[in-house]
Amino acid sequence: MVQRRRLFDFLPHLILMIGVAIVAFPVYVAFIASTWDAATISNGTMPLRPGPHFAENYYRTIFVGTSSTTREPVGTMMLNSLIMALTIAIGKIAISLISAFAVVYFRFPFRMTAFWIIFVTLMLPVEVRIFPTYKIVADLNLLDTFAGLTIPLIASATATLLFRQFFMTVPDELVEASKIDGAGPMKFFVDTLLPLSITSVAAMFVIQFIYGWNQYLWPLLITTKDNMQTIVIAIKKMIVTQDALTEWQLAMATAILAMLPPVFVVVVMQRLFVKGLVETEK
Amino acid sequence: MSDVRLQSVRKVYPGGVEAVKGVSLEIADGQFCVLVGPSGCGKSTLLRMVAGLETISGGTCSIGDREVNEVEPADRDIAMVFQNYALYPHMSVYDNMAYGLRNRGTPKDEIDRRVREAARILEVEPFLERKPRALSGGQRQRVAMGRAIVRKPKVFLFDEPLSNLDAKLRIQMRVEIKKLQRALATTSIYVTHDQLEAMTLADQLVVMNKGQVEQAGAPITLYERPMTVFVAGFIGAPPMNLLDLPATGLPGLSLASPVSGSVTLGVRPEHLELSAESGALAIDLTVTAVEAVGAESYIYGALGGQGPEIIVRIPGRDLPAIGTSLRAIARSENLHFFSRETGIRLN
Repeated sequence: MVQRRRLFDFLPHLILMIGVAIVAFPVYVAFIASTWDAATISNGTMPLRPGPHFAENYYRTIFVGTSSTTREPVGTMMLNSLIMALTIAIGKIAISLISAFAVVYFRFPFRMTAFWIIFVTLMLPVEVRIFPTYKIVADLNLLDTFAGLTIPLIASATATLLFRQFFMTVPDELVEASKIDGAGPMKFFVDTLLPLSITSVAAMFVIQFIYGWNQYLWPLLITTKDNMQTIVIAIKKMIVTQDALTEWQLAMATAILAMLPPVFVVVVMQRLFVKGLVETEK
Repeated sequence: MSDVRLQSVRKVYPGGVEAVKGVSLEIADGQFCVLVGPSGCGKSTLLRMVAGLETISGGTCSIGDREVNEVEPADRDIAMVFQNYALYPHMSVYDNMAYGLRNRGTPKDEIDRRVREAARILEVEPFLERKPRALSGGQRQRVAMGRAIVRKPKVFLFDEPLSNLDAKLRIQMRVEIKKLQRALATTSIYVTHDQLEAMTLADQLVVMNKGQVEQAGAPITLYERPMTVFVAGFIGAPPMNLLDLPATGLPGLSLASPVSGSVTLGVRPEHLELSAESGALAIDLTVTAVEAVGAESYIYGALGGQGPEIIVRIPGRDLPAIGTSLRAIARSENLHFFSRETGIRLN
């Protein structure tokens, strides 16, 4: 029995390990490439062990930038990306919480109409309405600003729907108990609903932060100045160079750097996420 | 003074369904009033209207000398205990009890004093720092009651507070609620579908059916002199035997003084006794089933061999065999007569 159990334990682990290796290997290669010099990478003889240029490459990437294409150092772009991702994630969560609160707890004329209009926007992501959205942002003189970069992406039905579903599982008696306890609607929202929503908020933050961080098309259209570019665009620009040698070691360093904040968010929030899941009871 | 007065209170839902059809009630200061009735009889709706959680479609509701139809729940000076406790899951027991007081701007030391006092009365002191999920059902119910009593409200409202507890705990909590209410002398309205709970708790028992009050009064009055067939069938366990008497009489049933017209005869199982003698009522039945519940036993029999089912309650465990014929008699003061058309008491 013990033997068989160990075999059954071992097999899934083996499969998982192979899976992790397949996923992690390209990341490893990227990291290795970011520690060699350009010549070693481009002549095809790069060894699979870390090279001697780690500090130099990352210093150049973060503080200096590549010699030809993007000109701005990646540090600025990371900051841009961070501002964009945080604004989108926090903005979406804030607006969605309030709109879901309105839709679930208040009886106002055309409540369901409002809900369905929000719902329908699920079918209209930025990619579909890109021209009119661009036109509006341009007319409002928001090109090359963080407002132009983030506000059109904040409008979102996904988070509203998620919070609506969650609010509907909160027992009505809690609202009624709050009413009797003398808590008005906003006090109920802040004192009871928000603490109960922490789990959903954490989940939403992870999803929306990564969504914001990975934005490519919209920042590409909206930003023209180098100092407004985001890191995802930077990677692309670094590897397409017409008449110069691609500085692969810097592109790879940028890719590794671009990966860190989302990984950090997932790792940190996952703890809260699981903690919330285990502890929260409705 | 914190009496509660309802004057032809009505509740009509937007769909046109009339859940409460004109209820008038007076609940005196300090009285324990129990609303009882089958599901959907409007008892919870009535309670929620007193709480202010439902709007009142017609009539008036006053607490003390103040009409509260348009008053917010928080300003009615009431406290409510819910069936599923409705404790705030993210707050400690202490905070749950203190929340209502904090919202009213009660000074901190006063809150602390009241919460600790309530916790002492309800024996939840060791759990003050715990979250509700770390408590058992009975403890949660105590906290919910604690949340109500710290406020020192004019009226307590209980919405089937014991339904989620197991049978043993329910009896224990029932006794405690009664004691607590006696000690605090706070006017209380209690909704339940359990007639035993209703009988034991109530100063004033209100039986509701289809959105109307069937009868209100002291529990023992309702037991002894039910004014309608519905109350007769609802109060008492096992239920009262109700027999529709045609003008021609029923085979196997004899009344010492015959009645005229079409009436419904009611007699409680505990008022029937097995005897060969004749009484005001004598019925012959064939035993179809027997139940021994310990100190007493129930005999189920068919009237006159194949008629309607009759239940007889006898002390002890001396049970007749199934299929035997028996005679049960009852005294005249234990017979209830109701009109078959209107269901209203005749004698």
